[in-house]
Amino acid sequence: MRRVGGRGLARRVLPGTYFWQGNEACAEGAIMAGCRFFAGYPITPASEIAEHLAERLPQVGGIAVQMEDEMASLGAVIGASWAGAKAMTATSGPGFSLMQENIGYTFMTETPCVIVDVQRVGPSTGQATKCGQGDVMQARWGTHGDYASVVLSPNSVQEMFDLTIRAFNLAEKYRTPVVLLADEIVAHMRERVEVPTLDKIEILNRRKPKPNEKAFFGSEEIPPMPSVGEGFNVAVTGSTHDEYGYRYSADPVVHRKLAERLVGKIKQNAKTIVDFEGYNVEGCEVGIVSYGCTSRAVYEAVKLAKERRISVGFVTLKTIWPFPHDVVRALAQNVKVLLVPEMNLQQVFYEVERSAHGSVPVVPINKVGGGEMITPEEILAEVVRSVKAVD
Amino acid sequence: MPLPFCPGCGDITVINCFLRAVHELGYADLRRFVFCSGIGCAAWIPSPYFEADSIHTTHGRSIPVATGVKLNRPDLNVVVFGGDGDLVGIGLSHLIHAARRNLDITVILVNNMIYGMTGGQVAPTTPFKARTTTTPYGSFEYPLDATRLVVAARACYAARWTTFHVEQLKEAMKRAVTTKGFAFVEAVSQCPTAFGRRAGFKTAVDMLRWFKENSVLVQHVEKMAESDLIGRIVVGEFARREFPSFTETLYETVKEARKSA
Repeated sequence: MRRVGGRGLARRVLPGTYFWQGNEACAEGAIMAGCRFFAGYPITPASEIAEHLAERLPQVGGIAVQMEDEMASLGAVIGASWAGAKAMTATSGPGFSLMQENIGYTFMTETPCVIVDVQRVGPSTGQATKCGQGDVMQARWGTHGDYASVVLSPNSVQEMFDLTIRAFNLAEKYRTPVVLLADEIVAHMRERVEVPTLDKIEILNRRKPKPNEKAFFGSEEIPPMPSVGEGFNVAVTGSTHDEYGYRYSADPVVHRKLAERLVGKIKQNAKTIVDFEGYNVEGCEVGIVSYGCTSRAVYEAVKLAKERRISVGFVTLKTIWPFPHDVVRALAQNVKVLLVPEMNLQQVFYEVERSAHGSVPVVPINKVGGGEMITPEEILAEVVRSVKAVD
Repeated sequence: MPLPFCPGCGDITVINCFLRAVHELGYADLRRFVFCSGIGCAAWIPSPYFEADSIHTTHGRSIPVATGVKLNRPDLNVVVFGGDGDLVGIGLSHLIHAARRNLDITVILVNNMIYGMTGGQVAPTTPFKARTTTTPYGSFEYPLDATRLVVAARACYAARWTTFHVEQLKEAMKRAVTTKGFAFVEAVSQCPTAFGRRAGFKTAVDMLRWFKENSVLVQHVEKMAESDLIGRIVVGEFARREFPSFTETLYETVKEARKSA
């Protein structure tokens, strides 16, 4: 029987211009990145990813399966990754909550994989078909223990394609799980996507070990990753372990070394991982930090503010974690007030406030429920109000 | 590397039977195998004590991980080791679905009727009225028959033996590994430390004697009265059949899809 998986480049995602739904673009981005295994469980508003991949993955020699629940979905992704495949799952809030234990496992074992969370109104069942942005802190801290999350935030259908590819690249490069934190609006809207020729797309693959190597879980910042069935006798475990994967359930030194490396490998490389879009960050009256669908309204608000002769700048987060503290801190030095619009009841707000470190007032703009976006007019109103308040 | 199991633990017998089975099947080493195991003493059998690829997963989720491995490397023998807490408690759903799909893996359930590693709490397989740390007045639940459950879920091979029946257990493991389709072997095992002690058994040998004296072959069960079966351990082969495996069907689908693309 043929072996499936591996590092084959995408087939049949031909370069060109497409008109895609966000979820569709995410699925195609995964295929382009070399994803050849998907395991998922149906959940609104992410099901289209599973449906699309169920049809497309077999066409490129990949496998898509529906598992019995979200824990099994991520479990199968973990097994697939250790068998050598680039693997992905997709879910929303309730499923993301269920996956947390296995997410911790992927951190602890340094299993590369991509987890798509298409946010909806929460907590709990919430409003399945309505957009929310309330999973931000969960994406950072959802599972127990010490680890450093890598979380990407697309704000367009083009980014659903591009950032999915980036997610796989980061997962492979840093041997870590990467969350693509989308939202229902970006996932369900339809926009133009440009798919470039293959030579213009960077695709990274995990570093494989040399034949006699034995240390796959330490002894260097990002260790090489063997696959099972290659004769390496790899010992993968979620327990604390040394560089050979041997379990040490009591030794403080072994744990310290491991935990500090797991956190350090992301922290030390934060500058490379962090991605954002900045506008007018050198100096303006009002700075806005936003992400996901909300950032689309910010673009419009900036134009409206310009008409009123108020200069507005923004930082649109494309990685929420690691959080670009330096970038936001710099922005804080150059503005009179920072606004943080989000479709939740304050999450990124706390990070911005921390970055600003008291240098400027930080004002949250919050709206939840019914999938109602924060409108450009609402943002403008707060811009106007804040400018008056600080003058 | 010294083994972590208690003196008298049935896991050691299970290791013995399994490695002998693999040896008798003609394997010189374990390079054709991948082991997935969850949390518990039985899960520590392959991880990391077997010189082989082993994936020690979260509690109850070894079978989904095994699914991901098998689907991407169908050429390897994927074997799951787990205890009753791991496979019949938290992981029960995955056990049933793997059997339902006819995923061609081998699952070895080491059933010691207790949550041993955590000190002896009641398990889904603990006998009715047994005293455990979380049922100090006696368990008020009935145990689940995992072997019959997987048979109902269409397992291709299902057998149950105890750690007393070493020869039969080894043979069952051989059959399970060579079965095309979902194969299941339940090894009823003694845990003198966490179960036996509180259940009235002084030593591991006492437990093995209990297994020996209370086992009854599945072929004879039909002729026995309901009342005679109370407290008995039904052993033997419960299912042996063949039909297309999950991997087979899936790969055929992929092949067809590639042609149509």
